[in-house]
Amino acid sequence: MNEINKPKDGIPQTAPIKSATFTDPINAEIRRAAATGIYDIRGGGAKRKVPHFDDLLFLGASISRYPLEGYREKCETSVTLGTRFAKNPIELDIPITIAGMSFGALSGPAKEALGRGANAAGTSTTTGDGGMTPEERGHSSKLVYQYLPSRYGMNPDDLRKADAIEVVVGQGAKPGGGGMLLGQKISDRVAEMRNLPKGIDQRSACRHPDWTGPDDLEIKILELREITGWRVPIYIKVAGARPYFDTTLAVKAGADVVVLDGMQGGTAATQDVFIENVGQPTLACIRPAVQALQDMGMHRKVQLIVSGGIRTGADVAKAMALGADAVAIGSAALIALGDNDPRWEAEYNALGTTAGAYDDWHEGKDPAGITTQDPELMARFDPIAGGRRLSNYLKVMTLEAQTIARACGKNHLHNLEPEDMCALTVEASAMSGVPLAGTNWIPGRNGDY
Amino acid sequence: MQTLDMATTELREVNSTLQSQKADTNQRVWEVINPKGSHAIACGLDGPIEVTVRGSTGYYCAGMNKEATVHIDGSAGPGVAENMMSGTVIIEGDASQYAGATGHGGLLVIKGNASSRCGISMKGIDIVVHGNIGHMSAFMAQSGNLVVLGDAGDALGDSCYEARFFVRGKVKSLGADCEEKEMRSEHIEILKDLLERAGADAKPEEFTRYGSARTLYNFNIDNAGAY
Repeated sequence: MNEINKPKDGIPQTAPIKSATFTDPINAEIRRAAATGIYDIRGGGAKRKVPHFDDLLFLGASISRYPLEGYREKCETSVTLGTRFAKNPIELDIPITIAGMSFGALSGPAKEALGRGANAAGTSTTTGDGGMTPEERGHSSKLVYQYLPSRYGMNPDDLRKADAIEVVVGQGAKPGGGGMLLGQKISDRVAEMRNLPKGIDQRSACRHPDWTGPDDLEIKILELREITGWRVPIYIKVAGARPYFDTTLAVKAGADVVVLDGMQGGTAATQDVFIENVGQPTLACIRPAVQALQDMGMHRKVQLIVSGGIRTGADVAKAMALGADAVAIGSAALIALGDNDPRWEAEYNALGTTAGAYDDWHEGKDPAGITTQDPELMARFDPIAGGRRLSNYLKVMTLEAQTIARACGKNHLHNLEPEDMCALTVEASAMSGVPLAGTNWIPGRNGDY
Repeated sequence: MQTLDMATTELREVNSTLQSQKADTNQRVWEVINPKGSHAIACGLDGPIEVTVRGSTGYYCAGMNKEATVHIDGSAGPGVAENMMSGTVIIEGDASQYAGATGHGGLLVIKGNASSRCGISMKGIDIVVHGNIGHMSAFMAQSGNLVVLGDAGDALGDSCYEARFFVRGKVKSLGADCEEKEMRSEHIEILKDLLERAGADAKPEEFTRYGSARTLYNFNIDNAGAY
């Protein structure tokens, strides 16, 4: 018994109860806002608990399904992206790509490691706000060039060097919001690439400057194809906002590939209130997007890449079973490189946080030397070792996904289907369109999205 | 002069022919006839050629231009010379929205008027408009020069960075963090050169210079009302 609820004068006291509404973190944030006058800015994706792939299970094979022999019978993992219009679609060995992350948000060596790891695993990596660096192009055999609202560092030479172009309309961490790179990370080189004064807070536009709606976007894509000779695939990346309609409009505008990023998808930096309160969970976005493709007769003709909270081979398999052609990872790739590693715990503590919770990437003080432009911190990170860790991780995820697919009797990851799964919760069942475990019930299923 | 007739030639062939003319080409002068408002004409050029489009164009004419001189003998649709890197684009008529958007270099001359968002997010391009420009022009403009012989619409230069704006006529309103600036001798020289290159009959001394007040470069809660 502690001093607080110790009987007073022999009378038992009411135990102090903290509010479930005004929690310690909420109260701390109120005090922080009152003291500083600025909203909380951080990196990463939504931390709140939302229905996710963990709420789905695979059924596996039994009498009614025939499994494949692990390690002996082939389970293919390759994927071709951009088969609709591009002369040169992208051929990947594994359906796990590296999502767009900028030089600026990440250090040059970290970008190099992403390229090395992706190469070794037979997949692609992606540029970000700020343009393409020579190191990045040099270390990525398949590089997707993001075409962003800010157009920082955007030039036709780099556009023509890309293996695919990703027109970024939205990002899961901040649907409707633009990028942000605070002054601490605007080094000389970053400032030069972005044509901005050093040390300012750089806020990227939330809308493209020279098109507004899907009809304009169709013409913009025509221009991009004309400039690149119709050679490379054009992806359109949308946030998990209105996936049925956004996918429909992206296909209408001429996309070869739709990239769909749910709210667990990370960002280099934006307002916490945005990350946690805008957008839909990844799990809720996939089936409407797939339904849109199916309604247009474009499923598997326009490929769907899903991102936002992909961590394991099981997540990969589940996203693909729901209808995705591939997935993209960002936060998980950074963790594989060494982000938030407990080996730096003392330094995380000195920054007022702990390994696994560090998200002030915008401050440029990353002890792991990944989300920084500080030369001393960057020097801690070895891009060769980091690349090896990433390729190991990508290969493990692929093996895990293959293990599940074989158990479901599938000789290609693309053959996984919703019927291979059940949902553990009513919410996950409703969102994913997969029956609740032990039933054939899918709540709310009336065919509409 | 080589002629490409869009009445009989597909856009892809027109552009691939023009795009394949590099620095050592001896076919330096081209005309495109019967454009009929087509989109993306003469985009992605990458060599020192001269192209005259005889008529009006749709979206993104001369987009991402490098080195080439593109002359539009008519009016231009949205996004003309967007993200231009170098070279010159001259429009005899008017230009629609987003003219010169995000341009990194080169000179864009609009002999008529330009619509809204002219020079949006410009990153080093020089733009000279003989007539007026619409609202929200030079929004988030980073660098380069925007010269307007006529009037400017609402919210000129909103949230701009280091770009310079020279307006001879009236400015309906300035955007957030854009202010009138002193016209110093170096600005007179810049303006004189631009007016000369754009064939504009005006004196630098008749213009007022505008640019960033730099109060929004780093966030401050006391400026929240400006966002």
